[in-house]
Amino acid sequence: MSVPYAKLPGWVEYGLIPLVNLIVAFMVAGLVVLVVGESPLEAAYHMVNGAFGRGEYIGFTLYYATTFIFTGLAVAVAFHAGLFNIGGEGQAYVAGIGVALACLWLDRIMPWYVVFPVAILGAALFGAAWAFLPGWFQAKRGSHIVITTIMFNFIAASLMNYMLNRVMKPLGSMSLETRTFDTGGQLPKLDWLMKIFGLSVGTSPFNVTFLLALAAAFGVWVLIWRTRLGYEMRTMGHSPAAARYAGIKEARIIVITMMISGALAGMMALNPIMGETYRMQLDFVQGAGFVGIAVALMGRSHPAGIIPAAILFGVLYQGGAEISFEMPSISRDMIVIIQGLVILFAGALEHMFRPAITAAVLAFSGRERTEAAVKGA
Amino acid sequence: MDFLQLFLELAQSTIRLSTPLILAALAGLFTERAGVFDIGLEGKMLGGAFAAGTVAFIAQSAMAGLLAAVVVSILLSLVHGYASITQRGNQIVSGVAINFIVAGSTVILGEAWFRQGGRTPALAEAARFQEIDLPFAEALRGVPLIGPIYADLISGHAALTYFAFLMVPVTWWILYRTRFGLRLRAVGENPGAVDTAGISVVWMRYRGVICCGILCGVAGAYLSLAANAGWTKGMTAGKGYIALAALIFAKWRPVPVMFACLLFGFLDAFAIRYQGTPLPLVGKVPVQLMQALPYILTVILLAGFIGKAIPPKAGGVPYVKER
Repeated sequence: MSVPYAKLPGWVEYGLIPLVNLIVAFMVAGLVVLVVGESPLEAAYHMVNGAFGRGEYIGFTLYYATTFIFTGLAVAVAFHAGLFNIGGEGQAYVAGIGVALACLWLDRIMPWYVVFPVAILGAALFGAAWAFLPGWFQAKRGSHIVITTIMFNFIAASLMNYMLNRVMKPLGSMSLETRTFDTGGQLPKLDWLMKIFGLSVGTSPFNVTFLLALAAAFGVWVLIWRTRLGYEMRTMGHSPAAARYAGIKEARIIVITMMISGALAGMMALNPIMGETYRMQLDFVQGAGFVGIAVALMGRSHPAGIIPAAILFGVLYQGGAEISFEMPSISRDMIVIIQGLVILFAGALEHMFRPAITAAVLAFSGRERTEAAVKGA
Repeated sequence: MDFLQLFLELAQSTIRLSTPLILAALAGLFTERAGVFDIGLEGKMLGGAFAAGTVAFIAQSAMAGLLAAVVVSILLSLVHGYASITQRGNQIVSGVAINFIVAGSTVILGEAWFRQGGRTPALAEAARFQEIDLPFAEALRGVPLIGPIYADLISGHAALTYFAFLMVPVTWWILYRTRFGLRLRAVGENPGAVDTAGISVVWMRYRGVICCGILCGVAGAYLSLAANAGWTKGMTAGKGYIALAALIFAKWRPVPVMFACLLFGFLDAFAIRYQGTPLPLVGKVPVQLMQALPYILTVILLAGFIGKAIPPKAGGVPYVKER
């Protein structure tokens, strides 16, 4: 077992194996649909139709995808350094404070393009701050990052409940949310982008945060594969011992990686707060931080994989809403199952089909080689 | 007398709230001591609670419900075992996956079978675990101090509560006084040594994982058959994670696990009882702070400010036989 797996061509490693894992996950989900007494094919039709049927639907799909690009990138950056950040949920939640503060401060006096950068900064700052302590505890005190980030998710939930209950709610208001932002706190929709393709956004909240998400994905690619810091992160992820031997400061990398991860997760808060509801509400994250885990695993922690994976989950979220509308016995909780199955098959069981696929690929390419040899003779 | 009454009320609800925590944390103890980390306690408990609520309603029997909970929970832990022992996958990822699969599928199946908006039908008395009055509870009530404590605190809990507290010394005994326990601990600390001794690491770890399944199932059954009259959507509400916190807080030892769970249960009971009431010395404490306290305490402990929590050495690492 010194070489556990044979080296496979790139298209198998990054294309075929994830695809097989994904298909299996969906087939198991289809079984659940069968158990409930509905047709999986009909569900699939409603999902695709609900996600792409109209410009408005596509707008919703991409709106959800925007959120998941951020949380997926957050998990991926940490993965590269060998860290598992389950705290994206909490980091995004706390980052909402940064976004809300920027908007509440500036929305009445400044246009959106001034408020937006401040809000980005606020989101990144609060998200990074919430990820700093788990990172620091892991680096300096040796506590396990997974457990600490889980605990910080719960602490964040309590903290935000308190903030919305006691601090950020307008006086006399009953509902747990900030006041609605003025025009300065409302991001423009991407009408023009959709118009290029002859579509209209309709009522969907597809907004400029999407472009920021794409920029962030590019930024992560540059960071991981084109900078010294990224190289150090990857070295540590592959072999902490080698990194230490090479004089890479482990503690520093852990803390910085976690803060970048937290900042990326935090930027997710811009999308719902400034792009959809124009106010900060209780539980606005709605599990997006956890979806990021599935997205990162499916996208193999590469931005080029994360964007399609995020769009796929956007399809699930938007199409899932359509399914629950057409087929009442399949509520949106179906998405949670699929999310779990994707995490299971693309993450924990990623090697399950590898031996079979390797054998098949080797047998196939081996036959070609022998045929060539026969021809040559 | 008034003070005693107050104390008894708090202590009683502490015991009620800690019971599922103790069961789940002991469940985690078995698997983590065997070197398989499990953050899927939450999911297994929820799955068990759902199975218990469903089967107890159909069969009108609490025991049938309990059995179903244990079976479902074992199946879920076998999935975790297969992913993390046989396939050598990432144990954290697998645990997360199970939590999501259970959270989603219980709602979907519950809605498809019962159509009651995220709950199983309310169970009749016969299909639940009843509170047991210990012998002489009423007769002794008149005795000062000891009487009320015996009648109100020690007596009058569901059978599963007594089972949970009984499991604490039993777990201790299994872990430290039996051959199985020795091997279980060894497989979590140094699997290579266990392998050299001719014992199957894989089978030992599977047994640890199955023990975890059994206890998580009982914890789930307690939630839906004793603490409540049926399953409700997301009824574990983070209890699996609190149990995990308690397990770490107790440094993976059975008796401290009980005390950690009692502490976290007490915090919960206290938060419910004293919502919004000003306390002496500290004044009015926001209820959110009380809710976050178990997590904050665990973080502080993990950071090594209250002693040091050292996990089983081989925990989280899949065992590869040949190198």
